[in-house]
Amino acid sequence: MTGARSGDIALELRNLDVTFGDGDSSVRAVADVSLQVRRGTSFGLIGESGSGKSTVLRAIAGLNGNYGGTILLDGAEIPMPRPKSFFSRVQMVFQDPYGSLHPRKMVRAVLMEPLQIHGIGDRDRRIAEALQAVGLTPDFAYRYPHQLSGGQRQRVAIARCLVLEPELLLLDEPTSALDVSVQAGVLNLLDALRRERGLTYVMVSHDLRVVAHMCDRIAVMTEGRMVEELDADAIYEDRCEDPYTRALLHSSKGYQRKDTPDAAE
Amino acid sequence: MAERLSVKNLRVSYPAPAGGWNEVLRGVSFDLGRERLAIVGESGSGKSTTGRAIMRLLPDQARVSSDRMSFGDVDLMKASERRMRSIRGGRIAMVLQDARYSLNPLHRVRRQIAEACRLHARMSRAEAHDRALDLLEQVRIRNPRRVMDLYPHELSGGMGQRVMIAMMLAAEPELVIADEPTSALDVTVRGQILDILNERVEAQGAALIFISHDLPLVADFCDRVLVMYAGRVVEEIAARDLEHARHPYTRALLGSLPPTDRRVDKLVVPERDPAWLDGPLP
Amino acid sequence: MTEHPITDAPPTRESLRDWLNAPVAKSPGQARAQSIWRAAKRLGGNYAAMAGLFILIVLVGAAAFAPWLAPYGPFEQDLNRRLLPPSADHWFGTDQLGRDIYSRVLHGASITLRIALLAAAIAGPIGLLVGATAGYLGGWVDTVAMRVVDVFLAFPALILALAFVAALGAGINNAVIAIALASWPPIARLARAETLSVRKSDYIAAARLTGAGPLRIIVRHIMPICIPSVVIRVTLNMAGIILTAAGLGFLGLGAQPPMPEWGAMLATGREFMLTHWWLATMPGIAILTVSLAFNLLGDGLRDALDPRHG
Repeated sequence: MTGARSGDIALELRNLDVTFGDGDSSVRAVADVSLQVRRGTSFGLIGESGSGKSTVLRAIAGLNGNYGGTILLDGAEIPMPRPKSFFSRVQMVFQDPYGSLHPRKMVRAVLMEPLQIHGIGDRDRRIAEALQAVGLTPDFAYRYPHQLSGGQRQRVAIARCLVLEPELLLLDEPTSALDVSVQAGVLNLLDALRRERGLTYVMVSHDLRVVAHMCDRIAVMTEGRMVEELDADAIYEDRCEDPYTRALLHSSKGYQRKDTPDAAE
Repeated sequence: MAERLSVKNLRVSYPAPAGGWNEVLRGVSFDLGRERLAIVGESGSGKSTTGRAIMRLLPDQARVSSDRMSFGDVDLMKASERRMRSIRGGRIAMVLQDARYSLNPLHRVRRQIAEACRLHARMSRAEAHDRALDLLEQVRIRNPRRVMDLYPHELSGGMGQRVMIAMMLAAEPELVIADEPTSALDVTVRGQILDILNERVEAQGAALIFISHDLPLVADFCDRVLVMYAGRVVEEIAARDLEHARHPYTRALLGSLPPTDRRVDKLVVPERDPAWLDGPLP
Repeated sequence: MTEHPITDAPPTRESLRDWLNAPVAKSPGQARAQSIWRAAKRLGGNYAAMAGLFILIVLVGAAAFAPWLAPYGPFEQDLNRRLLPPSADHWFGTDQLGRDIYSRVLHGASITLRIALLAAAIAGPIGLLVGATAGYLGGWVDTVAMRVVDVFLAFPALILALAFVAALGAGINNAVIAIALASWPPIARLARAETLSVRKSDYIAAARLTGAGPLRIIVRHIMPICIPSVVIRVTLNMAGIILTAAGLGFLGLGAQPPMPEWGAMLATGREFMLTHWWLATMPGIAILTVSLAFNLLGDGLRDALDPRHG
């Protein structure tokens, strides 16, 4: 990227490659993806199902151990398996708020665990602060996931990331399971958190509206490849080169009805 | 425009776990001619329940009442279960969100479409086979012979929806109820499926109820829109006028979407006014 | 927000109900108590399960108070009153040595309960640990553990228990060990299946992303998911365990005469089956009733503990 000093780059992928299975039945889910994410910005990965966008995110998090290429955090390659210190710097929010919280754990236990693992003290205060940061009252600490709505669950999942005070958040379709009115609240929250805390985001979505709203730079993926990287403004102004990007943009912006002439009965 | 379906004051309640009843539809009324009617709302608004109530597909413990629910000459409230069976999949057809869950996983596409054909018209096995091929061509499947031999789990999302539409067409229905037919599809496929749905519905002269959570989509695709909130229709409006919706809930829903043409600093989070629950209707 | 007069601890009986039913918990203890309370309410609504629970409570009572409840001692012989049919003096009749069968069945309850609970207490945790570990770690750990389980499952539980008792020697403690060894493999299978269904879930991924190691994930995240189904399975297995214990007693490899163990009593009664039916029937009915009670309770627990209800 032009003009970016290396100190500005929070995350860099060099020729990332992920293959599932081996032999004849192997599938190359991610092929040769390289990108740089500047500190304090939000980077979007957009694509349709099977484009490999979520696989990129899981590779960064270390949930898929078998990847080729290099992943650098602050210019240093991160080892695999990921060391414990990595998780206090990078956290992830999952797509399905109904699947990402342990069904038998109280919110307090969910938020307590990262603090215990990393040996951080003053836990009750930190839990209360994290809940407050995501717009929940302190008594939410004593609820179980089945007592929460989808939007509240996603806020708890975000709070779980925040208690460790990470620098980089990986967001895997954080609002695609939510109603639009709930989505608006969660997106506003994520946006505000990034500004207040100087966080860096990598956000994956199939929803052009969401990515354009949330991100500064956007990469378009299809069939495991990155076909184009552009500014959010380019999306608003319909400036893109790649034919796939053009098709995606076109169909995301609405449906044009082809009125067929009335057929005879 | 001749009325096909007329629903007056439809109410549905379920027994509440704590005793008493939870009313999920609280007096839904609308008339439907030969048009594309959208029912939009968020989860829990009752939009899917409305579609299922028309098909009489609600679970047994549901308590249903209405002043009127008629389809042509049939009173849907009073019709016998036997009569309903011939109407379902016959004069009223349904397209669901994911074909892979709605088709029988054990049978090939061939058998399922052919059976649908034979269920509603007397024809031989060979005729049904030819008709099935014809239907698959009508939903623009390029290689219908190959698709006929696939099992539902081998179909992609878009292909599955095409097969569902083909099956629904077999009976030449007068009314098609499509419940979130494109929500599980990628955007680039969505357009094709909507084109096919639209084309077939027009060609057969059927009416369409399109149940969706996607306001911008129905604004483009449908003729008329019912906006549901907490079990009631809070607004009824021509699709092309949706941008000028009057009800604050409809406006808030539209406002909460990130725009596609400009950057906004903050999205509008709808403030739910308790008055919407019981306030006057348009 | 409505105001609820809720404090951390439930001070009086009236407010205990409010405290348990409060829509919003104010402390971890209250939240846990509420979730147990809700499960208990669901269980309480299930009449079959409550009947099972009632029978088991009666059984525990009988076992605990047998010396006071029983009209005669379990070993008290009266050779003048041999093989008497059930009557007002001897409710269940007497056996070939003139012992009161009713008193022996009451005293036998504690033996049967001890065998069943001990065997379950050994088999449950072993099965849970092996199954969850094999399922989560996968690879060679899984292969080895599951082949061992296969070997155990290849033999019927009674045959396996027989083999162990033959090796360890007859007696009640060895019977417990043998039954436990024979009944952990199905539990391990179940725990593994449950683990496989959750190991790819997002909340396990999220736990890995907090830096949790495999031991912590197995013990803190996977096991709580498996526990309800293991508890249910163990409860349902209890009937089988009691029958195996009775079978061992019947074959003379469990409790030894003159202990009033139900299976052993049944075995002695067999000789008199055609002429004096009550000798075998009374302990038989006792075994049947307790097995049924455990099954009813197990079914009820399955509904009450279903994780989808939380």
